[in-house]
Amino acid sequence: MQPRRTSLALAGTALVVLAAAACSGGSTPKASGGSSPGASGSSGSSGGTSAPATYQTQHRGGTLHLVAKSAGGTLDPMVNYTLQYWQLYQATYDGLLAFTKRAGQASFTVVPDLAQSMPKVTDGGRTYTFTLRKGIRFSNGAPLTTDDVVASFKRIFTVSSPTAGTFYNGIVGAGACLKKPATCDLSQGVVGDRNAGTVTIHLTNPDPELPYKLAVPHASILPKSAPPKDAGTTPIPTTGPYKFASYDPNRALKLVRNPYFKQWSSDAQPEGYPDEIDETFGLTVESEVTAVENGQADWVFDPPPTDRLNEIGTKYAAQAHVNPLTAVWYLAMNTNLAPFDNLKARQAVNWAVDRNSVVRQYGGQNLAAPVCTMLPPGFPGHVDTCDYTKGGGSTWTAPDVAKARQLVQQSGTAGAKIGVVVTDDEVNKSIGEYVQSMLNSIGYRATLKPISGNIQFTYIQNTKNKVQISLTSWYQDYPAASDFLDVLLSCASFHPGSDSSINISGFCDRSVNAQMEQALRTERTSMSQANALWGKVDQAVMKQAPVAPLITPKLIDFTSKRVGNYQFSKQFYMLVSQLWVK
Amino acid sequence: MTSDTSIAVPAGSSARRRRSSAGPWRTALVTLRRDRVAMISLGIFLLVVLACLLAPVYEHSVAHTDAFTSNISGTTIVHGKPSPVLAPSSTGLGLGVTPIGPTWDLHHYFLGADGQGRDVMARLLFGGRNSLLIGGVSALIACGVATVLGVAAGYFGGVLDAVLSRLFDVVWAFPVYLLAISLSVVLLTSGLTVGPVHIEGDSLWLPILIIAVIYVPYVARPLRGQVLSLRGREFIQAGVGNGASDLRILRKDVLPNVMPTVLVFLPLMTALNMLTESALSFLSIGVQPPNASWGTIINDGLGLLYTRPMVTVAPGLMIAVTAVTLNLLGDGVRSALDPKARLRGAA
Repeated sequence: MQPRRTSLALAGTALVVLAAAACSGGSTPKASGGSSPGASGSSGSSGGTSAPATYQTQHRGGTLHLVAKSAGGTLDPMVNYTLQYWQLYQATYDGLLAFTKRAGQASFTVVPDLAQSMPKVTDGGRTYTFTLRKGIRFSNGAPLTTDDVVASFKRIFTVSSPTAGTFYNGIVGAGACLKKPATCDLSQGVVGDRNAGTVTIHLTNPDPELPYKLAVPHASILPKSAPPKDAGTTPIPTTGPYKFASYDPNRALKLVRNPYFKQWSSDAQPEGYPDEIDETFGLTVESEVTAVENGQADWVFDPPPTDRLNEIGTKYAAQAHVNPLTAVWYLAMNTNLAPFDNLKARQAVNWAVDRNSVVRQYGGQNLAAPVCTMLPPGFPGHVDTCDYTKGGGSTWTAPDVAKARQLVQQSGTAGAKIGVVVTDDEVNKSIGEYVQSMLNSIGYRATLKPISGNIQFTYIQNTKNKVQISLTSWYQDYPAASDFLDVLLSCASFHPGSDSSINISGFCDRSVNAQMEQALRTERTSMSQANALWGKVDQAVMKQAPVAPLITPKLIDFTSKRVGNYQFSKQFYMLVSQLWVK
Repeated sequence: MTSDTSIAVPAGSSARRRRSSAGPWRTALVTLRRDRVAMISLGIFLLVVLACLLAPVYEHSVAHTDAFTSNISGTTIVHGKPSPVLAPSSTGLGLGVTPIGPTWDLHHYFLGADGQGRDVMARLLFGGRNSLLIGGVSALIACGVATVLGVAAGYFGGVLDAVLSRLFDVVWAFPVYLLAISLSVVLLTSGLTVGPVHIEGDSLWLPILIIAVIYVPYVARPLRGQVLSLRGREFIQAGVGNGASDLRILRKDVLPNVMPTVLVFLPLMTALNMLTESALSFLSIGVQPPNASWGTIINDGLGLLYTRPMVTVAPGLMIAVTAVTLNLLGDGVRSALDPKARLRGAA
């Protein structure tokens, strides 16, 4: 997904790709984070331990005050696609499966949530059977039944969830539902047996990544009475430890305890600590930081302004928590438009870009690290390799501007006019200015085109806008290499003329695509072998240089002095409900 | 400015009498020279202009820098020692990067660096050139076009007046900044094409034309009113009665009477247009990077407000000083060209 405020339009494309992941054959998929991500090099991380903690009743109670510049849009968990609310959904909604709500690497593990156990997988990976836990109630008192589960999967399509066409398009009947959401019929795809308490999901093709997709908020199980349209600001009853009590996007939202919640799994859905959690909107980020410094708020949602970083890192170091993210910021070069339809021109950009300068623009080496590949360090499939570093080596050390200039001359593209499209926020614009300067220095005539973050992500996807190069970023949806490489750079995710063409470079290389398909097929039998293949795909992509990976960012959580028990999940970031304010 | 402030002199009617007296222009110039506030303002303004014109000299021969190229990983000399232009924090958690502050050394980042590691002083001077250029040229265009349209509407009346007046009303009906922002946003991405002429989105001509267009009614409407008033005056009627052509009456009788109004408008409009340019550039829809104007530099400094306020304060001061001096100069010009004001001063 895109960073904090996600464009809903991205989904459409993104997951045509994943449909490809669901090719045939295969055996039992790895139900738990089989991606086995490597160590994430989180030297600056303060995300706490991954050991399951016992509930400490002495810290129960109080009100946690969160602040954000603006609201995150609809409260509907099947529609909202922002990290802002996905963080809150962790303590409110549940799916059949869930990512472990623990700190560190363990957070990538999928565990049973509303399901009693991991699904029974049959029919060569095409059928998943879940048995529901008993005794769970929604926050309105209604018991959870298989009818709710069946209705929830149907609702994914009736509300046109952003990932309906990508994550869940492999369910039998999904194709028709995507075409005509109003008359969606999933009766062949999701079958509930009320007496047995089971739900069976039938897929058209095996999908080893299905457990991940069932563990994100778009697959939340809601009451069957939930409206068949975006619920907007009206809260839908929850199953987790909290429920939404009120929501005014112009002012605040409030979570209170769900009186019907009884912890069934500390891994999947632990009991929360604060009695209430409120999030106030409308402050400037500067004011938010000041409020936390003064103890008037407990956590800032928005990234702190760059000119407050030093202050936070020195005077308030004990309250700052820095954690690496599985994300990449990169330059997408349009491989179908001059000058970047020329391989040497694309390689020149990769040679010329000073990733250390980008790191500084982002906030310094403790907030970002240079990268050479699309798969972030520590992510499944990542291999330390760098084709574009001065003097060679497996990690990036310095740019080689002379070589870049030479390549530009050889490519015959010197003097070409290039528009650099970035979002108009401070950090992106600043990096964009650097990229413009860099392009000018190697022989191009670059102009900067900063446009609103609300439209930039879809604008750069549409080939009609003739974007030559753009600065963008990608944050994982779930821990699988395909979520980066297949989603962002496969032929299937390139849709000329569409706002939902997440393959922004328009990169479609038959050889690389074949490698991707092989990796996806291998996932059904061995995730480790598949990851090794994804590593090779990553390197093959970089040989063609449709993108210039820049940095992998880190996240600062700035909390108030009174906050305790900070835990950082790599999947959904700070575990809000686990914070102590008492 | 209304017709009350004009010099209602039958300019073409008595060349002999004009020769025998000092003449209205010379009198106005003498009066202006005696206005100490206006003269001091003019002096300061000219100093600012001169400094800005010398920007390339400062950049190449004094600061030895490039005002338009990022220098994020570069170093400079402070107190004889090399120092990074953008210094990563080395204390606490080591978060953030801070550009070098003012060194007060003309050769090395006199006013410090911005977030791209560029010399703020050099950019301030180059930015001033653009701000003043856009303010001045757009004021000239706005006043020129407004004079033609306002005089034509007021003198010929009828359908032409009705059409032009409604056109002014339509443009005037939009809030000035809203209109400017809308035009800028639309034209920035694709540029402006008029017939065979294409203006790139990052060209300075774009803000110049946008600002000029939105302020035409601001000048044209009072000029039209003034000409309407002049048209009924005896010396115009006498010209008509003597069979003088419209062109001759416009050239000899009307224009000389509206020119003082235009001259008063000019410095005021320059200041106003410069402020508008700064506002648009501040919103990233005026001058485009890496080019600079005072507005863009303020925008660049926003993210450094807590650590390096000089990046914002310096261009802000320059805008304030220039706008104040131009307004004081405009007041002086108005007093000098307004006979009633002179009479009031004499009394």
